[in-house]
Amino acid sequence: MTDTSGPVVIRDRAGAVPAPPVARVIRGLSDRAIAWLFIAPTILLLLAINVFPLIWTIRLSFTNYRANKPNVPLRWLGLENYTSILADPDVWQAMQATAHFVIWTILLEVLFGFGLALLIDKKFRGHSFWTTVILLPMMLSPAVVGTFWTFLFQPQIGLFNYVVAFLTGIDPSSFQMIGDVPLAPWAIVLVDTWMWTPYVMLICLAGLRSIPNYIYEAAEVDRASKWRQFWSITLPMVLPFLMLAVLFRGIENFKMFDMVNLLTSGGPGSTTELASITLKREAFEKWRTGYSSAFAIILFVTVFGAANIYVKALNKVKQR
Amino acid sequence: MSGRTGAHSVVEPSPLTRRIAGALVICYALIAIVPLLWIFVTGFKTPPDSIAYPPKMMFTPSLEGYVNLFTTRSRQSPEYMASLPPAETWYDRLARSRNMVIAGPSKYGQRFVNSLVVAFGSTILAVSLGTLTAYAFSRFRVPLADDLMFFILSTRMMPPIAVAIPIYLMYRSLGLSDTWLGMILLYTAVNVSLAVWLMKGFIDEIPREYEEAALIDGYTRLQAFYKVVLPQAATGIAATAIFCLIFAWNEYAFAALLTSGNAQTAPPFIPTIIGEGGLDWPAVAAGASLFLLPIVVFTVILRKHLLRGITFGAVRK
Repeated sequence: MTDTSGPVVIRDRAGAVPAPPVARVIRGLSDRAIAWLFIAPTILLLLAINVFPLIWTIRLSFTNYRANKPNVPLRWLGLENYTSILADPDVWQAMQATAHFVIWTILLEVLFGFGLALLIDKKFRGHSFWTTVILLPMMLSPAVVGTFWTFLFQPQIGLFNYVVAFLTGIDPSSFQMIGDVPLAPWAIVLVDTWMWTPYVMLICLAGLRSIPNYIYEAAEVDRASKWRQFWSITLPMVLPFLMLAVLFRGIENFKMFDMVNLLTSGGPGSTTELASITLKREAFEKWRTGYSSAFAIILFVTVFGAANIYVKALNKVKQR
Repeated sequence: MSGRTGAHSVVEPSPLTRRIAGALVICYALIAIVPLLWIFVTGFKTPPDSIAYPPKMMFTPSLEGYVNLFTTRSRQSPEYMASLPPAETWYDRLARSRNMVIAGPSKYGQRFVNSLVVAFGSTILAVSLGTLTAYAFSRFRVPLADDLMFFILSTRMMPPIAVAIPIYLMYRSLGLSDTWLGMILLYTAVNVSLAVWLMKGFIDEIPREYEEAALIDGYTRLQAFYKVVLPQAATGIAATAIFCLIFAWNEYAFAALLTSGNAQTAPPFIPTIIGEGGLDWPAVAAGASLFLLPIVVFTVILRKHLLRGITFGAVRK
């Protein structure tokens, strides 16, 4: 666990020189007292609102507890919740939908985001203004974004359907982005890509700007083609940044709830029912608190484990 | 940005390349901004205009969406409408032109106030706690510092719904459900990890020599922190605060599950604005526009620090 926190930081390639330790002056409160005084409130808050609930969730996950029937005697189920989750076809369906969503959004966002970053790095006139315009969608409330995309996706009257019909000539009421089973998984991918491409772009841009120019100059002297320069200089040097962007997007989209819940609420049927939406149904509609606690733990362990493995890989890439 | 050489460098893109790159980026930007503009424009349409086919690009602007957003109305018979005294205000007139009578203010204003209180309350708390903690991690040798920092970050990996289950039970027994205090504490806990990580980066960049000089001048450690470090970190604190503010402002999952009335914020409320026969799109669009506008302003203010904020300080420019 120790090696996963610090090294994720990618600093300017100039490299920071560690500052010498501050001379200790013992007056008033000791430094150690101040350190703990400053850290304790944060840790206590996190213990109260994150760790304590997590432990509570673990405990509940072994029981048949239902939050809407608190007076039913609590029965200890052992691992029964866990085994029934892993055998539940609905859960696997949700995991599949989540995988589809995570993989496609990351793929498209990396493609568009990296492409845009390469273009913006050419520094055309007005690039900083247009960059700010492009960044807007990712700052918005996902819930509000989900709501207004349902409007754009309305069959017949929606702007999206109208534009697609205008460009392709098909009937705008012949397809429903959020009502048709084959289209709905792509509708959520589309909206997420629209919203989060700027995120990948911004991080890639930082990567591109961290590459010192003299490397390209040396490559020019060696008569390396532009194509070769891209594969041997640009891509490897941006890779750590790109991987970091993928890590953050991966975690966020694995947890995705708000935007998709408002756009499709998991429908039609359960085609876009991502893991978090299933979790919400189980916990707050069916009130199977014990069962959903077990599911929550499984999800958390999955994210946590995958992120840890990924960070190890990221550190390897950075050390190359 | 360092390392860029002058215009004569062999690696500078040619003017033509620049122009093509610019054209492509502007195309993307224009397409990407259409959905946002469309929502903003829809807020000024009348309900019939908003659902017209083909979608109307040209229309007479109307404030009906905004009136519907802020009021509740009831439909009345023409006889009853005729018996009323003449409308006193422009919004009364607007409502009556649709055979409606304004019954009172809607809940949007109150939801908006809730959003403001919860967002600002949690931001102030999270940034204060985060700055103190980041200072301690930055300047003192803390045992298990890396583990603690990672623990602080890992609290963000839980899916919000997963955390919401025990929080729901905990708040129910403590009487914190659907209260400002409950939401402020919850958002503070979520934001404090971001605040610690961001502020650690900002404080790391302040040279220690400043504090050393102050300590030699006879300041205590706390005075040095208060009078030297805090002013130096002001930009970082402001940027961190805006990020926390945006998160709390935008948050939906906890708000939807843990609040229902008193403390409900705007994001779970906006999708429920119902008109006659489904959603009242101009009112929804008006509500969304008002809600998104502050974020657009903040994004423009923040653009220099965005990168740091969205990567928890992992990437610094």
